[in-house]
Amino acid sequence: MKSGSNLEKILKAGHFAFTGELGPPRGTGAEEVRHKASFLKGMVDSVNITDNQTAVVRMSSWAASLIVLQEGLEPNYQMVCRDRNRLAMQSDILGAYTLGIRNMLCLSGDHQKFGDHPQAKGVFDVDSMQLIGMVKKMRDEGKFLGGAEILNPPHIFIGAASNPFADPFEWRVHRLAKKIASGVDFIQTQCIYNMEKFRAFIKQANEMGLTEKVYILAGVTPMKSVGMAKYMKSKVPGMDVPDEIIKRLQGVDKTKVADEGIKIACEQIEEFKGMKGVAGVHLMAIEWEHKVPEIAERAKVLPRPVID
Amino acid sequence: MIVAKRKPFDEIRQLLKGYKKVLNVGCGTCVAVCLAGGEKEVSVLNAELDMAGKLDNNPIEIAGITIERQCDREYLEALDSKVGNYEVLLSMACGAGVQFLAERYPQIPVLPAVDTTFIGVNQAVGWYEERCRSCSSCVLGHTGGICPVTMCAKGLYNGPCGGTNKGSCEIDANQPCAWYMIYERLKGQGRLDCILEITPPNDWQNQIPRTVIQPGYSKPEAIAK
Repeated sequence: MKSGSNLEKILKAGHFAFTGELGPPRGTGAEEVRHKASFLKGMVDSVNITDNQTAVVRMSSWAASLIVLQEGLEPNYQMVCRDRNRLAMQSDILGAYTLGIRNMLCLSGDHQKFGDHPQAKGVFDVDSMQLIGMVKKMRDEGKFLGGAEILNPPHIFIGAASNPFADPFEWRVHRLAKKIASGVDFIQTQCIYNMEKFRAFIKQANEMGLTEKVYILAGVTPMKSVGMAKYMKSKVPGMDVPDEIIKRLQGVDKTKVADEGIKIACEQIEEFKGMKGVAGVHLMAIEWEHKVPEIAERAKVLPRPVID
Repeated sequence: MIVAKRKPFDEIRQLLKGYKKVLNVGCGTCVAVCLAGGEKEVSVLNAELDMAGKLDNNPIEIAGITIERQCDREYLEALDSKVGNYEVLLSMACGAGVQFLAERYPQIPVLPAVDTTFIGVNQAVGWYEERCRSCSSCVLGHTGGICPVTMCAKGLYNGPCGGTNKGSCEIDANQPCAWYMIYERLKGQGRLDCILEITPPNDWQNQIPRTVIQPGYSKPEAIAK
């Protein structure tokens, strides 16, 4: 065991993992975090705690992770390269591990231009690829990036993202290979809507032997409305939403669109369960945490396995 | 070359507030080529300042001189006999030129009239684009001659990120994705192996003022002191 986290145990035991996501509040107070966590408890193996997502200031990811931990849920602590240099990153990792955080997701981060402080200086001292290597070095060599020994090194289960849909498509699998070479243990993909393209990506990853070296969790975000689908298609960089999805949502009664969105998500999850090279699903129900129990139920991923 | 753009006129006037005798010093090298601070721009700015002073019933005495390079001691000498006649120097050179001027005449305020913007190229007359951040550890040899530090909005060494948008950067559809371009160029050259290797964290050298002494040269004693 690299970290002994619940997510690692689930994946290692060969169970189909199911993870969720929770966005910290834009303010103080633990109640909102506890409230969102209450819907996720028992439904997911680990929950991603986003780090100033879309470059908007929120409660720090490690702080919200600790609240979630108190609620009996396992956090997956997200860290972006945009807001911290290598000193701050490493000290946050030491602190997070000390207080019980065992999973981390290493991300570049959305550009600060999108957020509520577009004037900010983006740090990007290290990139996501280099962050993975840094956490691995801390864990496996017990050394800081600078080379000094760490007293009681942090044992983190290292995650990263992969976007199978952004250009150039042929390069995506090689970038995944680079992340594996850097030391990543698990991957959570960008939201998948274009199943055909995803199948081609996984096929390539299987052929290159990558799926034997890393656990890939397929990213799923149910569409809540036609507007959301159109927005994701046209406004979110690197997102691939086929017209069929939009047509299918448009084809149902207006009161049934969200339900159809969940139905599509469940069909995808069903396919992922049997897809070679896919080790689980990462459900990003954005500001829809209360729907997770229903989605988990309908996707037939309950009850979640318990491993001692 | 170093590309600069003139500061807003009101900001320049604010900087000059209270001064009556001004020498505006242009620079004949980079900022002249990019049409920001050469001889012509010195004349234009001086005419505007003169006019504005008169309209405000607060005329100032303003003269102009453009030297070959403000970042070169050899050319600054030409100013030695003149600066004593002025209360303040306005410099239309890049930040390096302004500082070299200020260093030579520490008793006189030296004010910048341009904002130094980047090291870039001349796409057409009046149109310049950034290409280099002078990071001191050039990776162009394995990125197909395209700088990821400058051209990628996140300065990623192992791109592209997930925000590549049909060949554009996530920050702007008109901004090409640096890593998409790097990929395409290396693919065309049959050199994709260059970016299969992980580039380790950079040893940032542009965090402190840097000095370069070329092989075979040394700091002259007199200046070093």
